[in-house]
Amino acid sequence: MAKVLENQRITDDFYLMKVEEENNAEMGQFYMLRAWDKYPILSRPISVFDSDGKTVSFLYKIVGQGTEIFKGLEPGDEIKIDGPHGNGFPDANGKIALVGGGVGVAPLYLTAKRLKAANPDAVVDMYLGFSGEPMLVDRYEAVADSVTVNVGGFVTDDIDPTKYDVIMTCGPEIMMKVLYKKCVSVGAAAPLYVSMENRMACGIGACLVCTCKTSGGNKRACKDGPVMLGSEVFGNE
Amino acid sequence: MSKRLETVFAGVTFKNPVALASGTCGFGKEFNEYFDIQKLGGLCSKGLTLHARGGNDGIRIWETPSGVMNSVGLENPGVEHFINCDLDRMNQLDLVNIVNLGGHSMDDYLEAVKLLNDHPLDLLELNISCPNVKAGGMNFGVKTEMARQVVREIREACKHKLVIKLSPNAEDIVGLAKACEEEGADGVSLTNTFLAMAIDLNKKKPVFNNVYAGLSGPAIKPIALRMVHQVAHAVNIPVMGIGGIATWQDAIEFIMAGATCVQVGTSSFMNPALAVDIIDGMEAYLEKNNISNIQEIRGII
Repeated sequence: MAKVLENQRITDDFYLMKVEEENNAEMGQFYMLRAWDKYPILSRPISVFDSDGKTVSFLYKIVGQGTEIFKGLEPGDEIKIDGPHGNGFPDANGKIALVGGGVGVAPLYLTAKRLKAANPDAVVDMYLGFSGEPMLVDRYEAVADSVTVNVGGFVTDDIDPTKYDVIMTCGPEIMMKVLYKKCVSVGAAAPLYVSMENRMACGIGACLVCTCKTSGGNKRACKDGPVMLGSEVFGNE
Repeated sequence: MSKRLETVFAGVTFKNPVALASGTCGFGKEFNEYFDIQKLGGLCSKGLTLHARGGNDGIRIWETPSGVMNSVGLENPGVEHFINCDLDRMNQLDLVNIVNLGGHSMDDYLEAVKLLNDHPLDLLELNISCPNVKAGGMNFGVKTEMARQVVREIREACKHKLVIKLSPNAEDIVGLAKACEEEGADGVSLTNTFLAMAIDLNKKKPVFNNVYAGLSGPAIKPIALRMVHQVAHAVNIPVMGIGGIATWQDAIEFIMAGATCVQVGTSSFMNPALAVDIIDGMEAYLEKNNISNIQEIRGII
């Protein structure tokens, strides 16, 4: 069990929870979170917002029974965090775009931070889309070279994919699909990495409920992903 | 560990009567990275079919009060791939290797059984809860006489010990279990998932592309327990109890109702190593009650 250090409402239904846990979490990985004994049965897969090796933070949205329980946690309370799981985003250099929508902005914070730390010459531009109040923009601005915020529209309209060497995205599947199609239609050379958030059960690659059918065969979002090539996920459609 | 939990099922010795249920643990590889799966009595492989299957599209899992519904659609790499890539590893483990096989036509079942005949395994668990594509999609495990025909033909072709996994959607689960026994099955396991449904109010559509899906987890336990009790008292072949087992107390209940072994499925999603806690709890219960072997309490209800 890990100890909750902070758990604050950010805006609307979004909360940021910091947990004490020795970790080596990479950008784009996730943990299976559980703050109850048996029910609800499934643990909740939540991506890593930030990590400093001794603590790990999760930016999450209240969407159901599980996250409703997380919301009620107070500093000092215990939570089981199992992970980190999944492959995470790949290292990259050059001009990099990170495109997030809704709670999908969560893994992009650590991603920007780690990319800049590993490659100080890299340029990281962020495009963040929100349906409601934008959140944590100042924190994103502190780790990226530029942050473009879109409220209520389509964040995919804001980006020119031809300007980038690599593009990484996390958000609603429809948003990631639109971005993929845009990359193809403008002839962008940059590979697009998408982070899938299919419903999961075991979280360790055994139960096959989070399968993505890709052009490279079936892939488990929890074990082979969550990060996959957009061309593999959306290329056949 | 003492020998208190040692159990013989159809001539196969389990060091304890707890196995992981098919479809919840793959072929054991991922769980073994999580805990030593040799603490388990047995492991049922992911449901195999003759040919590889990609599984269903759309949402595959949905939570319900005390349960989950799933619609994975038997995604699996096919029998040959399993034989080449997983079977040896499973056989080398110190646990009972139960290979689960499904099929969508009699020919598919028989061809897969023949492929498996040439390889060692401990028990073949036959999933008859699949739609028969040659009978309008009617599930093989619903009508007693259709199930009887399947078991008869597979029994004749199969060299392995054969356990029939029963569907709770059977028209008469006791009659169907008796038919399995009459046709030479070495045991039965029950229950598979209950046919169920969920609706997404926002989309005004069923949650699952296939409309119906299988309900499992503690929500079904009391019904599964009743079915195990009825079947275990009606047949002389051993029964594996399955259905929402989430605690050692649940497991002991199934044993008292007449199950020889039990399988833990959905509850592993609470914690992949939950079955080990169940085994430890059963051992402690027997020790505390001065029971030298679990068979002393089997079927006492």
